[in-house]
Amino acid sequence: MAKELFVSKADELADGDRKIVPNGNYEIGVYRVNGELFAYQNVCPHQGGPACEGLLMAKVEEVIAEDKTYQGMTFNHDEMHIVCPWHGWEFDLATGDMVADRKFRLKKYDVVEKDDGVYVTL
Amino acid sequence: MEIPTDHLNKMSVAEFDTSKLMINAARQRDQRGLEDVLIVDVDCHHYENESMREIVEFIDDPVLRRTAQVYSGAGTGANNPFMMGSPGSQDVAGRVTRYPLRKMEETPEDDTHRDIHLSLRWMDAMGVDYVMLFPTPMLLLGLHPVPEYEAVMSRAYNRWLTEKILKEEKRLKTMLYLPFNDPDATYKMVQDFGDSEGVCGFMVVSTRYKPVYDNAYMKTYSLIEEMGKPLAFHGSYSWNDQLLGNTNRFLVTHALGFTIFNAVHLCNWIANGLPERFPKLNVMWIESGLAWVPWLMQRLDNDYRMRSSEAPLLKRLPSEYMGEMFYSSQPMEMPHNPDVLEMTFKMINAETQLCWSSDYPHWDMDVPSVIWDLPFLDEKQKKNIIGENARKLYNLDVSDRFPNYQPPV
Repeated sequence: MAKELFVSKADELADGDRKIVPNGNYEIGVYRVNGELFAYQNVCPHQGGPACEGLLMAKVEEVIAEDKTYQGMTFNHDEMHIVCPWHGWEFDLATGDMVADRKFRLKKYDVVEKDDGVYVTL
Repeated sequence: MEIPTDHLNKMSVAEFDTSKLMINAARQRDQRGLEDVLIVDVDCHHYENESMREIVEFIDDPVLRRTAQVYSGAGTGANNPFMMGSPGSQDVAGRVTRYPLRKMEETPEDDTHRDIHLSLRWMDAMGVDYVMLFPTPMLLLGLHPVPEYEAVMSRAYNRWLTEKILKEEKRLKTMLYLPFNDPDATYKMVQDFGDSEGVCGFMVVSTRYKPVYDNAYMKTYSLIEEMGKPLAFHGSYSWNDQLLGNTNRFLVTHALGFTIFNAVHLCNWIANGLPERFPKLNVMWIESGLAWVPWLMQRLDNDYRMRSSEAPLLKRLPSEYMGEMFYSSQPMEMPHNPDVLEMTFKMINAETQLCWSSDYPHWDMDVPSVIWDLPFLDEKQKKNIIGENARKLYNLDVSDRFPNYQPPV
């Protein structure tokens, strides 16, 4: 049976919160965003930076008009990015994929809420 | 401290500690046994502007010292006559959080300079034994319209650096900043500081508009050659440059800027036969990555075969001279096809000519594992690139860290 790692009491991980919990030699970053839980190993596949300790930012998109002219940039809050603080590599919060080169990804864990607690399945 | 994460929201950060930020580098160090390997970083930085009040006290000229005192204190506005700025976004608009957070970092209130504390924290985490320490904002001082300002400020900085930092911590060394826009001041800087403790060589920031072939520099090259120390050209960028001013995304400004100035100087160095005029002068190219070298090797060889009359001092192909130059590794490109990187290593004779560098704390820094984990290098090659090549180049005494050091075999 898979081992479970206790992250926090459910009410201590509010929407928009992030918690970093030790797990062996590394840590796991657990997020609750828009009611959904996500968990990733705190190791960037680039050079090993603590990706989950960086900013959580909305995807930046370019605004192009019908005539193909550039109209500026905007944030898309439907796609949130984990940004590694070492070099700025960005990862899709929903999948862990590195957004600029999807052959790289953060190690993803299943995470559940039960019995008033949040748990990561190891 | 709060960092905006979009136009409405912010992320709060309570503390910042370099050792904690770099804990995964320390784990890599331990997993790879790098504590037992000589690691020399040929390019890292500090923020000398944070010590500017100390530095300006080393300015000789009383009028300029007073001026600098005014501007390093409360200031009189946004402008500063000594610093040459450029628009930029090195920290990817705050995403590389050590930039905005560094001012929060606490260091012990003791006799050791804050710069030494901060440097040793990341060096220890990565397992780095010695570094060549360079400034940060001063990397744009070569763009100052008045050569005197570069000469005065760099002399004060070099006095402060050698007396207050390098003398106090033997693991910190430098290749001394040269005020290249003033050839006579450059020569005098080499004369006056060449034998100072911790000065392992000399460094010209490439981002400027002075050609390396000017006769005014020949006496300086001769002197450096005679000293047996290397001369490095350090890449940088300027968004104010007329060519780079055509780029509107900093990723392009950076990708081109940090390469193109070094590329121009290297081409001039070769085409004017400077390797033949100064055959014992070791030249290093810093912070342009590696991919530009095979490009120029092929480009120059091709043109030289058709136009050798324009470079009559050369006795060999440009690529052969380039294969005898030294290169710092960072920011090392990681191409999709690793064969490309392996071929690049072969072309630049990486086993003897490549020296690892971190560029820490800057945004595109490399940790030692970028070299250590390469599958096509054997252990001797890894050790050469990560420390031994630099030790030989600088004739570095490593006995305080490795009393029984033996070069890798």
